[in-house]
Amino acid sequence: MRNARTKFILIQFIFNLEEINKRHITTSREVNVVHQKKPLSSPLVSSNLVRARPDWFLRSVNNFRLSTTSLSILLTMNPSLSLLFLLSFLLLFSSAVSFQSDELLLNDNDEFEGARSSPGPASVTPPVRRRPDLDISSASDSKSVQFSLEHSLGDSEFSVAGTFTARLKSWTHGGQTLTKLRFTRNAISDAEKGLFERLLKDDDFYTIRIPSNVLNPSGKDYVLSSVRARCLPRESLDEHFVIHTDGVNVLAVNYGSYGGCHYPRPLKSPSKWSFSSYTVLKNSEQAPRTPTFVEQIIASETALEEGLQPPEKSFWAKYWMYILPLGFVIMNAMAQAMNAAGEDQNQGGQPSQRAPAVRRR
Amino acid sequence: MEARFLLGFLLLLSLSSFAFSIYEDQVGLADWHKRYIGKVKHAVFHTQKTGRRRVVVSTEENAIASLDLRTGDIFWRHVLGKNDVVDQIGLSLGKYVLTLSSQGSVLRAWNLPDGQMVWETDLQISNPSNSFLHVLGNVKSGRDSLSLVCNGGSIRAVSSIDGLVVWKNDLSIDGLKLKHVFQPPESDTIYAIGFIDSSQIALYHINAKTGELLKHATQASSVDLSSETSAISSDSLVVLDSSRSNLLLIKFTAGIITYHKLPLSDIVQDFSGLAELIPTKSNDIFVVKTPSGVAFKKVKGDNELELIGKADQAGIVSDSLTLSEEEQAFAVVHHSNNAISFQVRINGREVLTEGIKIEGHRGHVKRVFLNNYVRTDKSHGFRALIVMDDESLLLMQQGEVVWSREDGLASISDAVVAELPVEREGVSVVEVEHTLLEWLKGHMLKLKGTLMLATPDDMAAIQAMHLKSSERNKMTRDHNGFRKLIIVLTRSGKVYALHTGDGRIVWAHLLTPLLQSERCPSPSVLTLRNWRVPHRKALQENPSILLVGRCGAGSESHGFHLIIDSYSGKELETQILDHSIAEVVPLPLADSSEQKLHLVIDDKLNAHLYPRSSDSLEVFIREMSNMYYYKVENAKGFIKGYAFKKGCSTGSSAYCFGTRELWSVVFPSDSERIVATARRKINEVVHTQAKIMTNQDVMYKYISKNILFVATVSPKATGGIGSTAPDEAWLVAYLIDTVTGRILHRVTHQGAQGPVHAVVSENWVVYHYFNLRAHRYEMTVIEIYDQSRADNKDVMKLVLGKHNLTTPITSYSRPEIATKSQSYFFTHSVKAIAVTTTARGITSKQILIGTIGDQVLALDKRYLDPRRTANPSQEEKEEGIIPLTDTLPIVPQSYVTHTLQVGDLRGIMSFPANLESTTHVFSYGVDLFYTRIAPSRTYDSLTDEFSYVLLLITVVVLIVAILVTWAMSKKKDLQEKWR
Repeated sequence: MRNARTKFILIQFIFNLEEINKRHITTSREVNVVHQKKPLSSPLVSSNLVRARPDWFLRSVNNFRLSTTSLSILLTMNPSLSLLFLLSFLLLFSSAVSFQSDELLLNDNDEFEGARSSPGPASVTPPVRRRPDLDISSASDSKSVQFSLEHSLGDSEFSVAGTFTARLKSWTHGGQTLTKLRFTRNAISDAEKGLFERLLKDDDFYTIRIPSNVLNPSGKDYVLSSVRARCLPRESLDEHFVIHTDGVNVLAVNYGSYGGCHYPRPLKSPSKWSFSSYTVLKNSEQAPRTPTFVEQIIASETALEEGLQPPEKSFWAKYWMYILPLGFVIMNAMAQAMNAAGEDQNQGGQPSQRAPAVRRR
Repeated sequence: MEARFLLGFLLLLSLSSFAFSIYEDQVGLADWHKRYIGKVKHAVFHTQKTGRRRVVVSTEENAIASLDLRTGDIFWRHVLGKNDVVDQIGLSLGKYVLTLSSQGSVLRAWNLPDGQMVWETDLQISNPSNSFLHVLGNVKSGRDSLSLVCNGGSIRAVSSIDGLVVWKNDLSIDGLKLKHVFQPPESDTIYAIGFIDSSQIALYHINAKTGELLKHATQASSVDLSSETSAISSDSLVVLDSSRSNLLLIKFTAGIITYHKLPLSDIVQDFSGLAELIPTKSNDIFVVKTPSGVAFKKVKGDNELELIGKADQAGIVSDSLTLSEEEQAFAVVHHSNNAISFQVRINGREVLTEGIKIEGHRGHVKRVFLNNYVRTDKSHGFRALIVMDDESLLLMQQGEVVWSREDGLASISDAVVAELPVEREGVSVVEVEHTLLEWLKGHMLKLKGTLMLATPDDMAAIQAMHLKSSERNKMTRDHNGFRKLIIVLTRSGKVYALHTGDGRIVWAHLLTPLLQSERCPSPSVLTLRNWRVPHRKALQENPSILLVGRCGAGSESHGFHLIIDSYSGKELETQILDHSIAEVVPLPLADSSEQKLHLVIDDKLNAHLYPRSSDSLEVFIREMSNMYYYKVENAKGFIKGYAFKKGCSTGSSAYCFGTRELWSVVFPSDSERIVATARRKINEVVHTQAKIMTNQDVMYKYISKNILFVATVSPKATGGIGSTAPDEAWLVAYLIDTVTGRILHRVTHQGAQGPVHAVVSENWVVYHYFNLRAHRYEMTVIEIYDQSRADNKDVMKLVLGKHNLTTPITSYSRPEIATKSQSYFFTHSVKAIAVTTTARGITSKQILIGTIGDQVLALDKRYLDPRRTANPSQEEKEEGIIPLTDTLPIVPQSYVTHTLQVGDLRGIMSFPANLESTTHVFSYGVDLFYTRIAPSRTYDSLTDEFSYVLLLITVVVLIVAILVTWAMSKKKDLQEKWR
């Protein structure tokens, strides 16, 4: 009983902790949006420099909050555990104060921007398609490419809504891949806002598209994706891109809201008419190799043995479990009938010796 | 103690289900196997000398079979497979059947009595083209006789005894196509006639013993010679020109070629349209078939023609049958409603006319093969093999159909399942067939069988009794759902209803003549679906089937739909649609009379709703915002998803809806080609969402009806196995949500290539492909689990109502999924793959694999578990996890087809019975095979061999024993009291 209560308290603490985390995320999102709304012409490096500070700042703040909660937990803990917590707290704090470089690293393998502060780490694998043995340092050349995101509000024509900027890496083995994707959304015009409001009212689709070949965007092939407009509004319009690439080709873009979007979708207007975007770049995973065994022969032998069917059982061996209870029931019934008859006979006389014996059984 | 017992019991249980197999005497109890051959295209009769009358046929399913002419039974049969098309068959030496296949490159000899292959010769033809086989009767070098295979401009002479190429002669002339080879009697010279570039006639004299070219002559011709030819005598030839309106009579006398051009309008009265030349053999007779009739002509002198007979109606004409030097017989068959008139003409003279009644569902006559026999009065008698529209084969003799074979069933293209009628009270369906004596006898036999006293004869009798027992063949629904109708559609457009009890044909209908009209010139049925499945409201209505097809060959031609009653096959409604048909999408909705809603997508991507009633429209519009449609364009390499919207582009019909593109996935054409797609069955039932792990943890299955599995391979790997290096081959497997186009999972297999076969069920997909690095076939399983529900295992949350189990699932939420995957080697290549389905989805699953040997293997899904580890812990073993092996075991007992083969296996279908443990399996190819299997054994019913008699005897014995002991104890009591 007492154990359960302490458990409940713990759960509550963890719950608090989660809430704090969430709050932190929402604030950090806003920060991101502010920077993404910067005009496109601003050089990449400088924007990155500006970004770095609030990120670092928030992380330290977050750590501090974590530590305060862990302190409060400490009070309910036994000494050995609390020591452990204290240690981890110290570690956390020390990392928070340590120097954070704001240098722009060209070759970091961070392929998603904006989703950096997201809670669930998106599963991102390095581009290993067809070249499983390559490493990052073998990149000989990298240049920047831009391609536009177009959107359609309801049945309207597609119009440019934002720009993706990515680094194109050429490998010495031949072939190119996209890395370091950045996304800038254009501000929503009043006309678009009107259209979007109508979409929200009709629960219609908001459609976006990206050229399937980013090097040659004039091609006719686009990858499309749509979402019910009512899925997007939170505080602002939260959108989440997952771009599946294969080399320089975009296979598909998955577009949707950040969180869930369950069926009776209520009409909700965002408090802020701007998009907050998260983009993730995804490459194909490699299938693990089929395991091979030396002792395969032995295994197959045992499998065969297992596969051998047991010898055919006789009628009794198969169905004894049905017949035995039936026999008992009948015997019981007969015994009772006999008993009744016996009692009838022995009425007033000496009780039978057998009857109690049967009853005992 | 108890725990140990439980453990042992569990182990026993897990072991016992490893072996799914049946005993020898159970064969044929639940299963049936039917053998067919397909649509006959060549027939060679073998009726001389031997006592057994037989005909050797080759079919469009590439089967070669020897049939009994008296009964139509198959003596032997070989299915060559779809890559080995039979070009021609012939007899040689009176004991071998020669087949020329694969565009004239493979020649095989089969032993006539038993069908064993005697020899096979690869003729190594560089550019296979239209080739023909000529068996020479006269060339005798010892006991041998030569067979000539002509292919384009080359001739090969093959010895009939051992298949060695005796000589070959490549008449290296570009554009030469040999058309005819003949050898005058008692001559060592072979004459080969051909055309060079369709404009020159060429004649070659070749030594029959050595193949040496003796002489040749060419002659330019003024007309284009690319059409049919017919050799009418040893030195003359009749050719139709390419416009099919002129005849050319070519003569070769003493090495000089002369020809005469004869306009057909001069030869045949009222000639119009296109003519056909029926192949004949010598005798100066040729047969011209025109749309208005058939004319028999004899050549007299140099270029005079004489009309020796004509048939006014155009009918089907058989090839010529040589009766003697002078006489040639032809069969001409006309069709008039429900009867055919069969004429035999010798040298154009009518000698025999018979009228024969034929069932209406067979359609018209397609082909006739004529054969003669000697009657008791020494005159000529004639019999004919007739191939009908529905691909069935009939033998006609003396004005009667002697036997018929439903060979259309060899080309099933689609199948659905329908229920049988409910047995109503007062209507006894079974006839009273058992007298009391028979009944007693039967039970005595059964008793003997159970007590293992039966002799083999008795066992056979028991089995026959089992087979005869009417219970499985009743025409009514049974409680267990074992009796059903399998409704199949064949390539010829015929629909058959087969009874699951014994595979007999309950009804059959050929649909194409029903539909043929001016608006619908050449109807072809594409698919069939369940239209009405009687359910709650419409229980009294008969179930019905929807058939959808096209009126022409192109995808833009008009469609039609047809509804037939599934009890009787009666046509209920026919409609020629004013739009084309690209796809039929069955919806999980039904209107008030339980007719299922279907969307027909046309080539302009409009959706048309059927049935057309305000009721169905209402049902559809209510759900329209939640309907999505996707289309896979294999050739263009993309998948697109659509939503429906009101108002379509072509008309203003209320039942027509437009589509709007929502998403697209574009596979780069330089690195990926779509080779396979698979999705879950629309009516599959999943029993539980949760899967309990060994450590009492719960995993939630990601169950979505909208998962599409797509496999792509690199463009270089689309060829055959071995055509590409492992470095250039890869296979990418995708799991795509078809509502949003979201790629849920993507995985690349390096060094792998197709063909890919896949099956999707519940939350997993199993696919089969070739691994070039390991030089073996592989099967991979991917299981998908829903992580967003993972916290639901907290009991506290469940109590407090904080779980999200009741929240609706939507594709628009970002899925948090986890996948588990494992690959295993598999020995066989696979022709088809399916999974067992049961009524409630509780029973464990088996994967049904159509192997290269045309058998169906039931592989337990537990072998394809991604959680298998090399050394499973005790708990895992208890759960039934099998130790990891790199290869999937093939247990011989797990072949559901036991010893039988389903020739040229193309599809496997599994559908549930009412009994949860049992599922029906129907596999089809050239043969049909049906059985019932219980993947986890029949845990919910007593098995067939349960002996009720023995149970009764046991009960009786027990009662008697109790009575006796009771009496004895009373007696004892009494004695004790007297003491």
